[in-house]
Amino acid sequence: MKIHEYQAKEILRRYGVPVQPGKIATTPDQTEAIAREFGVPVVIKAQVYVGGRGKAGGIQFGDTPEQAREAAARVLGMDIKGLTVEKVLVVPKIAIKEEYYLGVVFDRASQAPVVIVSAAGGIDIEEVAEKEPEKIIRHVVDVRWGLLPLDARNMLAQAGVPSVVVAKGSAILTALTRAYMESDATLAEINPLALTEDGQVLAADAKILIDDNALVRQKEYAGWAEPEEANPLEFEAKAEGLTYVKLDGDVGIIGNGAGLVMTTLDMVARAGGKPANFLDIGGGAKAEVMRKALLFVARDPQVKGIVVNIFGGITRGEEVAKGIIMAQSELPAGMPIVARLSGTGEAEGRALLADAGLTWGADMRDAAQKIVAEINAKEAAGGAQ
Amino acid sequence: MSILYDKTSRVIVQGMTGREGLYHTKNMLASGTQVVGGVTPGKGGTEVEGLPVFDTVAEAKAKTGADVSCIFVPPLGAADAIMEAAHAGMAVTVCITEGIPTNDMTRVAAYLKEHPTRLIGPNCPGLATPGQGKVGIMPYHIFKEGDVGFVSRSGTLTYEVVALLTQAGIGQSSCIGIGGDPIIGTTFLDCLRLFEADPNTAAVVMCGEIGGSDEEDAAAYAATMSKPVIGFISGRTAPPGKRMGHAGAIVSGKTGSAQGKVEALQAAHVPVAETIFDIPSLVKQALGR
Repeated sequence: MKIHEYQAKEILRRYGVPVQPGKIATTPDQTEAIAREFGVPVVIKAQVYVGGRGKAGGIQFGDTPEQAREAAARVLGMDIKGLTVEKVLVVPKIAIKEEYYLGVVFDRASQAPVVIVSAAGGIDIEEVAEKEPEKIIRHVVDVRWGLLPLDARNMLAQAGVPSVVVAKGSAILTALTRAYMESDATLAEINPLALTEDGQVLAADAKILIDDNALVRQKEYAGWAEPEEANPLEFEAKAEGLTYVKLDGDVGIIGNGAGLVMTTLDMVARAGGKPANFLDIGGGAKAEVMRKALLFVARDPQVKGIVVNIFGGITRGEEVAKGIIMAQSELPAGMPIVARLSGTGEAEGRALLADAGLTWGADMRDAAQKIVAEINAKEAAGGAQ
Repeated sequence: MSILYDKTSRVIVQGMTGREGLYHTKNMLASGTQVVGGVTPGKGGTEVEGLPVFDTVAEAKAKTGADVSCIFVPPLGAADAIMEAAHAGMAVTVCITEGIPTNDMTRVAAYLKEHPTRLIGPNCPGLATPGQGKVGIMPYHIFKEGDVGFVSRSGTLTYEVVALLTQAGIGQSSCIGIGGDPIIGTTFLDCLRLFEADPNTAAVVMCGEIGGSDEEDAAAYAATMSKPVIGFISGRTAPPGKRMGHAGAIVSGKTGSAQGKVEALQAAHVPVAETIFDIPSLVKQALGR
């Protein structure tokens, strides 16, 4: 789960990481008031779930309260990579002398969190890793005792930061690692860690991603979830317990089991179609779940037809068929549906679908070809009218 | 013969008294698996399906001589259940549970270095040895005894491909679902090694998917094997940055793409099936049948 910069900083503050005072504003008026409260100059930072805000103009300055107000008026409502800015973080401007990178990220190959430090901060760390790998210091965390202060100091010293940053930064790095582990993060980074002209060391920007699997026990952070404007359906699907991923084609796809759904996507693409989504209904789904899944997929206005691919084990064919028939009257009139069910309850399901006049796929390939053909035929007929 | 499991294996079920645990215990018994007991803390001394239930894995092992554990414990307790199985000295631990927090699995990974057990999963369908039984949730009726080893990250995709093999008259030695999480106990590479050493396996089918680099690692080893390996990669149409159902199925940056995996397999002279329907004929070709 993504959270905003101000929320990541709130988590870090709790672990003792120095961050600037900051307040959230949703209007230019509020921004001006905050600027008066903090004293100018201030920085106005768009709070959106994407990187590259600065380049997009989402970070602006206010040398007077009035300028802060104008800057907020420009940033609020701004479109950054398809997302509308709805709130800004207002912080006092600081005089930065140097910028560094501190991060903790789950590393699949090590099966553990890896701490990353670089004296090259404030820029895209992946770019640094690619172009100047010698500037990246990595340390695999032993999860039994976390990151030891001695490891933190060694990393910072190796990165070649000034002595004051080795001292103050090591406390920040161990705190960052603790925050990562205790908040069930998969990524926690401070970029940049700033050394100010007056010798302070603080987190000028922060990013944290929380493991979706841990949200059941990270209840406070789970409550911070916001719909991503670019993908409102994905947000709603999560709330309904459906595993749904929005793609950009027009063939809706539903199946049971992640691997099977992924393979169905590939099969539809091979048949000349473009997948509109990935939807896994999981194991043992009843008719109601199937109905809900179909209606959900059809809410995507791009969807022109839906293919259902179920391998019946604990999921029963007749339940799936009943769900499809239930959904049929609620779906846009004439929307093509092709179903393919195998295994448990196959014959019963097939009979039910035949009675309802629905198309049957003999196997995954046949179903994919049929849905693409039906959508094309419908398009051609529509075009001829 | 087989890898990891055969009819002499003695299996306990952690979480046997739960809905899933009970349902699949019955199915395992029906497939001929020697389930010898279960573990549910607080239910020690009771019986389920005529089998004894214990409070701890250590007790279950001492009383039943079990060497394999199958875990159906809910996500937040599953990591502890895996470590308990390892601590008790289970040779093989199969964890079916989906949705275990990654942090918990990093602790499991560290723990298993000092308390070894052959962990399969988590977030997996388990394993089956046709003719001898299964550990986990695979539908047993799709299998056929034979000499082709099968390993996959997925559940239902495994069933599809196994059903195609069976229809084509190709039987299986053992089938392993290694799981779709970013941290899993047993990788493709581990399974290829086990199949290479198994005298009753003549060829291996490996169904991978996007995410991570386990398929690439396995490809390098496949090139050195005495037995043919046939590959398939799912997720060719998955866009980067999108998690496709499985927590581990994500193309991040330049790693984990389907194309990279297909190329790695082809470079290792592993024939890669374009679709699952091409797998049986590639197996027959490789075995000269």
